[in-house]
Amino acid sequence: MSDTDVSVQVATQAAEVSYQRRSPWASMLRRFRKNKRALVGFWMVVVFVGIAVFAQAIAPYDPIEQNMDVILQPPSADHLFGTDEYGRDILSRIIYGSQISLMIGIVGVLISVVIGVGLGTVSGYFGGRTDMFIMRIMDIFMAFPSFLLALAIVSVLGPGMVNVMIAIGIFSVPTFARISRSAVISVKNKEFIEAAKSMGASHARVIFKHVLPNSVAPIIVLSTMRIATAILTASGLSFLGMGAQPPTPEWGAMLSTGREYLRTAPHVSTIPGLAIMFMVLAFNMLGDGLRDALDPKMKL
Amino acid sequence: MLGYIAKRLLQMIPTLIGVSILCFIIIHSVPGDPANLIAGVDATAEEIQIVKERLGLDRPLYEQYGSYVMGLLQGDMGKSLRSDRPVAEELLTRFPSTIMLTMLSVVVMVLVGLFAGIMSAIRPNSMRDNATMMVSLFGISMPVFWSGIMLILVFSYYLQWLPSGGSTQLKHYILPAIALGLSSSAVLARLTRSSILEVIHQDFIRTARAKGVREKLIIYKHTLKNALIPIITIVGLEFGHLLGGAVLTETVFSMNGIGRYIIQSIQFRDYPAIQGSILFVAAIFVIVNLVVDLCYGAVDPRIRYD
Repeated sequence: MSDTDVSVQVATQAAEVSYQRRSPWASMLRRFRKNKRALVGFWMVVVFVGIAVFAQAIAPYDPIEQNMDVILQPPSADHLFGTDEYGRDILSRIIYGSQISLMIGIVGVLISVVIGVGLGTVSGYFGGRTDMFIMRIMDIFMAFPSFLLALAIVSVLGPGMVNVMIAIGIFSVPTFARISRSAVISVKNKEFIEAAKSMGASHARVIFKHVLPNSVAPIIVLSTMRIATAILTASGLSFLGMGAQPPTPEWGAMLSTGREYLRTAPHVSTIPGLAIMFMVLAFNMLGDGLRDALDPKMKL
Repeated sequence: MLGYIAKRLLQMIPTLIGVSILCFIIIHSVPGDPANLIAGVDATAEEIQIVKERLGLDRPLYEQYGSYVMGLLQGDMGKSLRSDRPVAEELLTRFPSTIMLTMLSVVVMVLVGLFAGIMSAIRPNSMRDNATMMVSLFGISMPVFWSGIMLILVFSYYLQWLPSGGSTQLKHYILPAIALGLSSSAVLARLTRSSILEVIHQDFIRTARAKGVREKLIIYKHTLKNALIPIITIVGLEFGHLLGGAVLTETVFSMNGIGRYIIQSIQFRDYPAIQGSILFVAAIFVIVNLVVDLCYGAVDPRIRYD
């Protein structure tokens, strides 16, 4: 093929592309829309966020106010999900609980994204000893079963919601560091990075302007999936009494107190468990869908 | 092969040192002085000082770490504040129960996960495949403490088939192992499905079909064998998940294992016990990962250790 042929071909291709006007994001959106599971996950997340934001307007009762006349009642028209051992409306507590779970999940993952992506990017970009040092430390964190690491951190910091967020934040750091490191390594020797460097761009500019935007996709997918894990872990910590303290309507804690009444009032622990499951499911489905839409070959 | 094992064992040492340093730092960054806690609320400054000296808490941190590691090498993990017995002893009495639970959970995970994954992969995108994958998504999203409680509700309270707690007989382990194993089997099922689908379109499978090998044999002998590497990897990773999940499962089923011991130690602020048990579990996890790496060679002769 002669040079002119090639240039003609390139020109036609360019014309076709501009004719279709399909950016990578648009085709991603198209793939996402075609994925039924992803859409269901997306709308479930939207519903949960809506419930959390409008909790005050939706909840039929106060989540903390006790009413000793109606303790441990099974689901009825007055109390759709029944009442707990203090006569509190479980539906209202579930509604308010969504705020807590979402917040812990999202804030916890944000902490790990900031620290993990920071470390991973530095590690991958500079390589050499820096890389060695950071990744060996990450390996040590990885040597702990993750739930145990979160538990150890909370046991030191003391129980409470903020500490759970910190623990959750730390325990996902190595995963984000690894993902962003490999994303950075895969682009750092490409021509456009070299071009930016040869034009005199600083390390910071190259990283923020050219390297990071190219590792956004796996980080978005991982974040979504990690929110699911974070919610699950946080509820586990609360279940063990290490998370949110009473009377906070946290789902894991509600489930834990419900255990005492399992024989007489099984709904008290059954319903919070279902709530946890559906919220985690929503983020897992969304994460799955995003992965398939952004890059079907991504190994996550 | 022996050389490789030796090399890997040596490589474990820095990791284990790192793990022990991290454990040590975590436990020693506790706000408040453990000596106050040990001496009691109404202890005088003098009494606290005596406790500090006895435990060596007045020495610099690196010296404390040094003597802790020297102790570890001799199998000494310090004494539990709660029972005044050696932590190592406390852990060893609880170890069989936890390892039994994790092993049985691995069995549940592999049986259910492999079966579901194969069933899904045989007819991709069929009703059966979609249903299995949906169920496994539910399984991944289910909190293990909740599924444990639901199993107690159904099989202990309503049907009265199995006990709801304890850890002395085999029947005590059935429900906990199912609860714990099922959550991981969902992960395994998804991975098995995708690994099989990756292999099944390759030429050697087509050749096998062309020469008339039965479909069952193709799946179990040709495909599964080649899809085993990622499957073994996930079994190793999930082992860590199971060890962590054992904390929750043992609490739900009142089992006398290391997981519940950690929780009890945390509640009592028994720091030598927390430190020892977390280190112990992390060490098990590191060893399991080594075993997994060695399994690769057994499964795939293309992998050589040299």
